[in-house]
Amino acid sequence: MSDVKIESSTSSTAPATPAKPEKARSLFDDAMRELVHRPLFWISLVLVVLVLTMAAFPGLFTSVSPRACSLANQHLPPSKDAWFGYDFQGCDVYSRTIYGARASVMVGFLGVAVTTVLAFAFGMVSGYFGGWADAILSRIIDIVLGIPFVLAAVVFASRFNSGSGTDTGMTAVVLAIGLLGWTTAARVVRASVISAKNQDYVAAARMIGASHLRIMWRHILPNALAPVVVILTISLGAFISAEATLTFLGVGLRGTAVSWGLDIDSAQRHFRESIWPLVFPASFLALTVLGFIMLGDVIRDAFDPKLR
Amino acid sequence: MFRFIIRRLLQMVLTFIGATLIIHLLMFANQTDPVQALFGDRPVTPAARAWLTERYHLDDPWIVQYGYYMKGLLSGDFGRSLTGREITDMLALSWPVTAKLALMSIVLVIIFGISGGLIAGLRRNGVFDNVVLFLTLVVISIPIIVLAPLAQGFLGIKWKIFPVTAGAHPTFYSLLLPAIVLASLSLAANLRLTRTSVAENLRADYVRTAKAKGLSRSRVVGIHVLRNSLIPVVTSIGVDLGGLMGGAIVTEGVFNIPGVGYQLFRGIHNEDAPVVVGFTSVLVMIFLLTSLIVDLLYAVLDPRIRYE
Repeated sequence: MSDVKIESSTSSTAPATPAKPEKARSLFDDAMRELVHRPLFWISLVLVVLVLTMAAFPGLFTSVSPRACSLANQHLPPSKDAWFGYDFQGCDVYSRTIYGARASVMVGFLGVAVTTVLAFAFGMVSGYFGGWADAILSRIIDIVLGIPFVLAAVVFASRFNSGSGTDTGMTAVVLAIGLLGWTTAARVVRASVISAKNQDYVAAARMIGASHLRIMWRHILPNALAPVVVILTISLGAFISAEATLTFLGVGLRGTAVSWGLDIDSAQRHFRESIWPLVFPASFLALTVLGFIMLGDVIRDAFDPKLR
Repeated sequence: MFRFIIRRLLQMVLTFIGATLIIHLLMFANQTDPVQALFGDRPVTPAARAWLTERYHLDDPWIVQYGYYMKGLLSGDFGRSLTGREITDMLALSWPVTAKLALMSIVLVIIFGISGGLIAGLRRNGVFDNVVLFLTLVVISIPIIVLAPLAQGFLGIKWKIFPVTAGAHPTFYSLLLPAIVLASLSLAANLRLTRTSVAENLRADYVRTAKAKGLSRSRVVGIHVLRNSLIPVVTSIGVDLGGLMGGAIVTEGVFNIPGVGYQLFRGIHNEDAPVVVGFTSVLVMIFLLTSLIVDLLYAVLDPRIRYE
């Protein structure tokens, strides 16, 4: 969303100060200029903003509660009152689909938060210090990557779930996804740290006596930021998909939670009676994942000078 | 070459121990009373309890239990499931099914992914290229839990093109739809990778040389471009094989295929620790072996790579 602001501010100030000398454009300006002209960027941005709004303010889209269900409405097709029809329990599919966004988005962002912390901690330490620290951390990454992701996530989530009735399983899912999903981002951080730490300005900082922590935080971290943000955007899509998968398999969110994974699972069993309860949450889930993956993809292309 | 293989094998052993240790810890630590679980609702006599505790080393700390497990594994003994079945027998029954499914998927990925990527890469920015780029992006963002029920619902139940479920003794035809669903993600990813790789190599100096020498187009594309372009694709397909095994949990569940993913998932649900640990061990081993084979294939595909 900050992209929009930058774009509008430059276009409004540019004609006002025409005499201003041409400044050398940074990589960031170049990338922004390119992004603004990519339709895929706008499409994915709209998708992402829409899903985030749905998650934050579901009341804007529907006034029907996702839990107001009546068996009398079971499997009624889409109509004027219920745009997406009713599911097996007689719940309004449109309302459940809108409210389902929140669980997905929350798991996605919390998972990314866990991943970010782990990726930076592991990547910075192993890239900056090298040697033994690097060897040990690389082996840990090998081990985590040694178990197929879905399989490991199912085992983790099922063991972390406390099984008490009030627990929606959110913590278990976030932990399972976060603890397993950080490896790619950590490798990216490590690679950027290694390439940045031999630069002259880092040597200069070290010479004037800056501490390791200060060098890492102020001089190396900003270099690693851009590529990691792209990876994390793509992970956000992947995590939302993983949440739905775990929930679908019965080891993720459960109980009173409203989630696309739960709805897809129950609609799948009743496909013969009605297809709408499956089609709508499924397409919303796919579009959300598409939005985040596409956004990350477009930004990566724009920031890659080799592709110009 | 020999030294490289030895070093890789040592690394593999380390990764294998690490990965099984994590799963073992998760499944066996803080589990509910396994002796009672074995008996179900029936009461356990003190004598039986004492015998079982002795037999399965339940009184020892888990790290000792892990040692016993590894000792058994090395002599080909995977132990028994909580229901009393030999895990080796369960593996022998379910592996051929999953191997068949995974093999069919990989063949689909190789045939359609590589040929599609080659055509798109040769005609970059053409109509085919753009359509394929968009379609693959869509496929990448559709989670398998959306794709599998939708494919089963529409192609199986509604239009009756494919069998709905595979059943106990799946035929080639009944596995075809699950294999397509399972392959879709990897197919799309590898198609894009092949495309990028081909487009990059078309601009390489040696391709210009080959053209200048007057070689036929089929030789330039088939030998010079394709062989070099396949190097990253081979790695990616090798890694995907592990992902396919994980994705099989969902696909086998939806299509009711009695394979590894299905058994594993039932094991997780029933907290059948021996089954989960046993099946995971085999999956991790296969995953690691594939990545070793992929590394060795490098030397065949790329004469510049020599393992010293």
